[in-house]
Amino acid sequence: MPEKKVIDARGSFCPGPLMELIGWIKLAGIGDELEVLSTDKGSAADIPEWIRKVGHELIGVTEEAGVWHVTVKKTK
Amino acid sequence: MASSKISIIVVTGSHERLQMAAMLASVGAVSGNDVSVFLSMNSLQYFLKGSDQPAPAEGSFGKLMDGKNVPPFRMLFEQAVDLGGAKLFPCSMAMDVMNIDADALQPWLGEPLGLTRFLADAQDGQVYTF
Repeated sequence: MPEKKVIDARGSFCPGPLMELIGWIKLAGIGDELEVLSTDKGSAADIPEWIRKVGHELIGVTEEAGVWHVTVKKTK
Repeated sequence: MASSKISIIVVTGSHERLQMAAMLASVGAVSGNDVSVFLSMNSLQYFLKGSDQPAPAEGSFGKLMDGKNVPPFRMLFEQAVDLGGAKLFPCSMAMDVMNIDADALQPWLGEPLGLTRFLADAQDGQVYTF
């Protein structure tokens, strides 16, 4: 069963949230979704860029009260 | 995914430059690039085994980073190795001058390398110097 994991990287600056996501993606199974919480605006733009580059699926980017939620599905 | 070779020469002892080199190494490596880092001169002291010595700020930005939750440069370099397969090579000349052997350095570094070999490996890639 695919799982969903929330990674709380609030307060960390670039590339902290991205590196945390990658650490967890390595442990995740194919089809799992990972949602990164970040207060770093640069990471909110950079993480989707990385997802596109390596070929996972970007589910969405939303902002709520200064916190970005970037959700990705591991595809390989 | 297009990948390329990124070679990074680090000679600085300043926080800002070590930070930028570590960011380039980690993000470059996890984005599928073949990353090699050559650690020499003032940088090598920060990679002694067990060292948590802070690097001094070079300018106002370095001071600004103090007290903020910026990922430590050593952690980023280690993540470049663990998560992205980057290789960090201590410069054999710097080791000779410091009178240390490989056992004195962080275990996640690669084997000591001379500049000739590093440059030969860096051929056809982009070289960044900090």
